[in-house]
Amino acid sequence: MLEIWGLHKSFGGVHALAGVDLRVDEGEIVSVIGPNGAGKTSFFNVVTGLYLPDGGDIMFEGRSIVGLESSEITEAGIARTFQNVRLFLNMTVLENVMVAQHCRTRAGAFRAVLRTPFLRKEEAEIEARAKETLAFFGSRLVGYRFDQPALSLSYANRRRLEIARAMATRPKLLLLDEPVAGMNPRETAELTGLIRKLRDEMGLTVVVIEHDMRVVRDVSDRVIVLDHGVKIAEGSYDEVSSDEAVIEAYLGRPAEVG
Amino acid sequence: MDSFLWVVRIGAIVLLIWGVAGTVVQGLSGQGPTGEAWRDLVVAGIAQGAMYGLIALGYSMVYGVLGFINFAHGEVFMSGGMVGFFVANYLWEVGLWETNFVLAILLVLLSSILTSTLVAVIVERIAYRPLRASPRLIPLITSIGISFFLQYTFAGLFGVAVKNYPPPPESLRSRISLLGLEIEGSKLLVIVVAVATMVGLYLFVEKTRTGRSIRAVAEDKEIAALMGIDVNRTIVATFAVGGAMAGVAGTLWALLFRGVSFITGFLPGIKAFTAAVLGGIGNLPGAMAGGVLLGLFEGVGPQLVLAGFGIPGVSQLKDVVAFTALVLVLIFKPTGLFGERLSAEDRA
Repeated sequence: MLEIWGLHKSFGGVHALAGVDLRVDEGEIVSVIGPNGAGKTSFFNVVTGLYLPDGGDIMFEGRSIVGLESSEITEAGIARTFQNVRLFLNMTVLENVMVAQHCRTRAGAFRAVLRTPFLRKEEAEIEARAKETLAFFGSRLVGYRFDQPALSLSYANRRRLEIARAMATRPKLLLLDEPVAGMNPRETAELTGLIRKLRDEMGLTVVVIEHDMRVVRDVSDRVIVLDHGVKIAEGSYDEVSSDEAVIEAYLGRPAEVG
Repeated sequence: MDSFLWVVRIGAIVLLIWGVAGTVVQGLSGQGPTGEAWRDLVVAGIAQGAMYGLIALGYSMVYGVLGFINFAHGEVFMSGGMVGFFVANYLWEVGLWETNFVLAILLVLLSSILTSTLVAVIVERIAYRPLRASPRLIPLITSIGISFFLQYTFAGLFGVAVKNYPPPPESLRSRISLLGLEIEGSKLLVIVVAVATMVGLYLFVEKTRTGRSIRAVAEDKEIAALMGIDVNRTIVATFAVGGAMAGVAGTLWALLFRGVSFITGFLPGIKAFTAAVLGGIGNLPGAMAGGVLLGLFEGVGPQLVLAGFGIPGVSQLKDVVAFTALVLVLIFKPTGLFGERLSAEDRA
């Protein structure tokens, strides 16, 4: 589904991505791990068109998406969340999810002013679908929450809302950047279950950047380890967690004996 | 520093109370304006303030979306009033102005809205869009340049003389009784039109899809683009809506004062900017309320506060009062009366 060859991106001499090759197959849950500054978030930024890569190619469903506007990449079917949750905080919970469907609707500004029957029908559909999407998270974001500003939500709920907003763009591939950061163990366990549900029930392919190794162990079909902008290991959680290069990247090289 | 601010605050309150008390004493001793004169000052203040509010919306919307003050907005307002004059004058010559004033004023309003919208959109396209990526100071300075450019373009095209709209019909010049209050017809019309327009704008921004896009772009352009919103088109829509509001204000200006010239946009533009800051920049209901309040301060303030100190000819000091009101509000509440609405970028 997603194939990447030789992806390069540097910022003033710092190689955030130094020739990464990887592929994600349809229906997989893949975790991307690595120490801080390994290039994980840069990888998401390049895939979603926020940064232009310096080299390499990104194929999504057999089509290169390098150089497309981020809105076009969203339309192609890739959605993401951010490590530092970026919601429309002054807008209501429901509006945040409704806005995300703009890339899937057809009525333009002209119709919006005239309020044609077509537009009204489409607006009603958008609202219904937004409510449905929010219901994915149980009772946390529904009912009276619909009309509250996103600003009033707790940190964990903001993370959930951001995932709901990404889901509302109707993606095929969902990129989650540290989805459980700042959540307590109970909330983490719940979200781990939801990530699996995204794949099993919604049929999404998911790529997760995560530092919490229990989450990585529980959700991943496959784990990819990045360090200094290169892929240093790939495989199942068990394979990767016993890989020497990975242990070295996280813990450092053991002192020479002798 | 903090204690100094308190000294200023307390001093301001003392002066305010002193002035008002002086006016009250004068009133009790039979001097000063009559009750009817006070009522007229209040009504005139609200009418003019409502017009400021409409212009202020344009400042606030553009600030919300692009983060700079579009100082050419006063000229957007003037251009509508100016073109409206030529339409009004033509309608006067063919006689429609007198035979069917309602239709005539609607045509004037329409031409004014179209002109202001067009000017606002063209300015965005030519002057601001190429500067989208530059630091905010650069579009700000550019807007001042555009302001002069528009002023002197209009002066060159139509001359510098003040152009007077044809007189409104008798019914608007006489007083209308409303809830026991006698209000001048034209002022009542201005207030009604302004309030209706503001309500319309509020519903547009809060309830329609384009309004939702505008709010999303105002908060975070990058994420809005990621959600499939066409950011450029949304910015054009913002300028168009702000321009349309200024166009309505252009016709209201004509109803209140009749005269327009190339310089007409300057002072109302600055006042409307003041109103937007007064209400909290980026906050649309704040801009509307800020406009009405500023008009009230300006209308009533000179008589209420300055006259109490025994200053002669206070009504000529209304601009002083308007800008002093801004300084006072900022001393007491630096984010404006109703709070700023900031984007994610500004919040960080």
